[in-house]
Amino acid sequence: MSDIETYKKELLAQGAKKIFTKTKNLTDTPFSYCGGCGHGVVHRLIMEVVEELNITHDTIGIAPVGCTAIAYEFMNIDMQQAAHGRAPALATGIKRTMPDKYVFTYQGDGDLAAIGTGETIHACNRGENIAIFFVNNGIYGMTGGQMAPTTLPGMVSSTSPYGRNMDTHGYPLSLTELVAKLPGTYYVTRQSVHTPANVRKCKKAIQTAFENQKLNKGLSFVEIVSNCNSGWKMTPVESNKWMEENMFRSYPLGDIKLPQ
Amino acid sequence: MAKARGFVEFNTEACKGCELCVKACPFDVLDMNHLVNGKGYHFSYMKNYDQCTGCASCAMVCPDVVITVYKVK
Amino acid sequence: MGEDIQLMKGNEAIAEAAIRFGVDAYFGYPITPQSEIIEYLAYEDPYNKRTGMVVIQAESEIAAINMVYGAAACGKKAMTSSSSPGISLKQEAISYMVGAELPGLIVNVVRGGPGLGTIQPSQADYFQSVKGGGHGDYNMIVLAPSTVQEQYDHVGLGFELAFKYRNPVMILSDGAIGQMMEKVTLTPQLPRENKILDWATTGKTPDRERNYITSLYLDPEVQENHNIKLQAKFQRMKDTEVRYEEIMTDDAEYIIVAYGISARISQTVITMARKNGIKLGLLRPITLFPFPSKRLFELSDSLKGILCVEMSAGQMIEDVELAVRCKIPVYHYGRMGGGVTSSTEVFEKFVSLFLK
Ligand SMILES: Cc1ncc(C[n+]2csc(CCOP(=O)(O)OP(=O)(O)O)c2C)c(N)n1
Ligand code: SF4
Ligand code: SF4
Ligand code: SF4
Repeated sequence: MSDIETYKKELLAQGAKKIFTKTKNLTDTPFSYCGGCGHGVVHRLIMEVVEELNITHDTIGIAPVGCTAIAYEFMNIDMQQAAHGRAPALATGIKRTMPDKYVFTYQGDGDLAAIGTGETIHACNRGENIAIFFVNNGIYGMTGGQMAPTTLPGMVSSTSPYGRNMDTHGYPLSLTELVAKLPGTYYVTRQSVHTPANVRKCKKAIQTAFENQKLNKGLSFVEIVSNCNSGWKMTPVESNKWMEENMFRSYPLGDIKLPQ
Repeated sequence: MAKARGFVEFNTEACKGCELCVKACPFDVLDMNHLVNGKGYHFSYMKNYDQCTGCASCAMVCPDVVITVYKVK
Repeated sequence: MGEDIQLMKGNEAIAEAAIRFGVDAYFGYPITPQSEIIEYLAYEDPYNKRTGMVVIQAESEIAAINMVYGAAACGKKAMTSSSSPGISLKQEAISYMVGAELPGLIVNVVRGGPGLGTIQPSQADYFQSVKGGGHGDYNMIVLAPSTVQEQYDHVGLGFELAFKYRNPVMILSDGAIGQMMEKVTLTPQLPRENKILDWATTGKTPDRERNYITSLYLDPEVQENHNIKLQAKFQRMKDTEVRYEEIMTDDAEYIIVAYGISARISQTVITMARKNGIKLGLLRPITLFPFPSKRLFELSDSLKGILCVEMSAGQMIEDVELAVRCKIPVYHYGRMGGGVTSSTEVFEKFVSLFLK
């Protein structure tokens, strides 16, 4: 037996316990996402929270159009796939007809902040008792790295090959700060999942977003700033560093609106 | 106080070689193997296994939920 | 207990029917000439005062139909209504609903187009309704009421068919029928069902696999098989759901084919023709998809000609020509200004086309 196997045996003999493994709320299908992409962590956190709150049988999720259009392949719960940008409208239809269920949307920045701006703002404004998980990677990942509303000034993408120019492309759009101003939102926060500490904080935020649905006090909006290392054309490690140095300046982490 | 001890196990075939776990480990336990898995990725492994504390930092950041963590309480 | 008969506007009949047939949710956005539907529902307030039916004025037609999608995917009876420009906006989601096999009811109280067009009645959305309308190979059952009573009845029938086939159903009405007042025999209040359907996303219980509702099939083979399954479903509709009404076709030498408001006008034309000794009949399709093609083909053997009356440049006429395989002359008459033609006008046109 190799040294490491002997070592493991020894620790097990000393009472080593399994303290972390994949939640049963994820299917056995491996994520189809690029290595190092934050989507995987966010999927895992949502599914862990649903399991830990024991609400699997009462949760309905909505996958967007984007890299995570097939989130239902991985999340082992009842799910619906939405047209591009329309997830908050689906969520409204679900929650209003099944008010006792926990409903969440999972959306990218193109889905939520471009084509779905109207649905997002109005679901927030109506104070729908749902959770929106918004993964902001500053780019259209799925379609191959085009400019998103959230693309940073000067940032190169396939449709801003000379960098985002505010004169012609407009300014980065932060829907998160915007929706925080609406009376219909109850909890608005911005998180990330690039370090263990951030992952733990993000999980708390996701948990809060689910727990809030019991209170009937309005919409919980959790933005997660994440990498799209493929779209940014960096290694995963580089992309997380670049994200810290650049994305967080425009999209600072932290709570934006806390329950009164 | 004695240092906490633990170890991790990998679902090696699911590893995509992103190296985020290697970066996240506070005790320099992990490294990328020079071998590749079935999908052609170098995969993470415990290089300094006896330094592992079972802190689960690696598992927290792993996007592909490759890692299972054991710890002696 | 006597029958419950009320004088109602066509649009109100749809709204009252929604409540009485136990519909779970209505999502809409105002547009003339159908805003009475959402106004009636808002006034009746069924959520608080009658059945618990949800009524939401959405931020757009797009949002409204996607709310229908969300509720329908939970197995709920959900509907929306609009008029032509708004229906154009709903097309993407209707295609998604067919792809994801979701039931639902869409009411189009048609007005004149293209563009913002006119708020006057029209039948120019025929192609859009019966040929799909959105992207991809698909159909939905299209019901064409020609009375206020039918406006009412088609809500019940529409949901029955939508759930039978797990496919959206459209009621293709028009501004004239939506606005006209007639007596309606109302049916007793049905309860909302709250059934848990085995395919619906109502929360994964431990005793079953997860349900997911999607129209996404990345693998070409899987996509093709999905399409084959959908096409078989559309064929089943063609085999079993054709509905039409015939008036004086037994001895007819000529017939008018017309639906909705045009069929009402054409009925007067038939009376005029018969007074003049002309053997004219009427075939009124009640389902525009599936179209009564087989019946038209049978009739064509004994006919000298067909006049299609539609308030459009001539859309349904293509299906009529296809049905009779060009064995007999088929002509179109219609107006396109948004507005209703008179029976005298149609009669004169008929005479000049076929008898001169
Ligand atoms: C109506 C419509 N327009 C455009 C597209 C093409 N499309 C697919 S994904 C996408 C952008 C997704 O970007 P984002 O929401 O940021 O998600 P990501 O892929 O980065 O996770 C676009 C434009 C579509 N599927 N539907
Ligand atoms: S393209 Fe970008 S967002 Fe999509 S899976 Fe790859 S890294 Fe993630
Ligand atoms: S559990 Fe902690 S110490 Fe052990 S490998 Fe993972 S990060 Fe390193
Ligand atoms: S983080 Fe996960 S996928 Fe990435 S190298 Fe480590 S074990 Fe492999």
